[in-house]
Amino acid sequence: MNLTIDVTNIDGVTNVVLAGEVDAFTAPKLKETILPLTREEEVVQVDFSDVNYMDSTGLGVFISALKSTKEHNSSMRLVHMQDRVYRLFKITGLTEIMNIDSTVQGGM
Amino acid sequence: MEPFDFVEVKVPAKAEYIGVVRLSISGIANRMGFSYEDIEDLKVAISEAITNAVKHAYKETGEGEITIGFGVYQDRLEVMVADHGGSFNLGEIKEDIGPYQQDDNIEELREGGFGLFLIDALMDKVEINSKYGVIVLMTKYLHETGVGQNGDQITTPQ
Repeated sequence: MNLTIDVTNIDGVTNVVLAGEVDAFTAPKLKETILPLTREEEVVQVDFSDVNYMDSTGLGVFISALKSTKEHNSSMRLVHMQDRVYRLFKITGLTEIMNIDSTVQGGM
Repeated sequence: MEPFDFVEVKVPAKAEYIGVVRLSISGIANRMGFSYEDIEDLKVAISEAITNAVKHAYKETGEGEITIGFGVYQDRLEVMVADHGGSFNLGEIKEDIGPYQQDDNIEELREGGFGLFLIDALMDKVEINSKYGVIVLMTKYLHETGVGQNGDQITTPQ
């Protein structure tokens, strides 16, 4: 019931690899990591392969991050999302405004 | 009266215990025979309600307890989340409960963005009692027959 956040930079793409659960307990740490990246980096990629739980607190973090990319002319893409997590983005309509690649794990 | 088992869990109003309650509901729902998908829905819904209660408790005093009650019925699971430490009187709570209204004192759920929306989307029935603190009562049915009786419809355009 924790979240590990691993940030690497390969060929100008900042890759944020998440593993664990995103909820009200872990979301603040995620926000503290991702928001500065959207200000400082051009492309931020978030790897969801090992995110097995997320709720609205996580959605809130990525909405803030998306706003920040618009303000700082950077971009963010969310990749390798599991079905259950993708579903939350879908029913809240966020798949319409976020760059989400769920093809690897299979979206709905 | 319809027979049911009642399980009560009390946790400190701190975010680090939300995951603990997720494990509790996962265990209860699994025992009842809910599908994997339904169990995941229940985990998100209960987390949303507890996140709200934690924020509320924090704003008030920065401490306190949250009480969670599980009503285990033959055909459904009722989940109650109260933003205070008192025990439930199920009958009393149900007397004062109703569908949530626009003017209900549940601003945290709204401010939180998608919290209440997700609870509504993932559960079959959601009711709120805000007479003493805020109590969210949500129901999920074991079979398709109970679904949609409250008319909640979430369209997911392709």
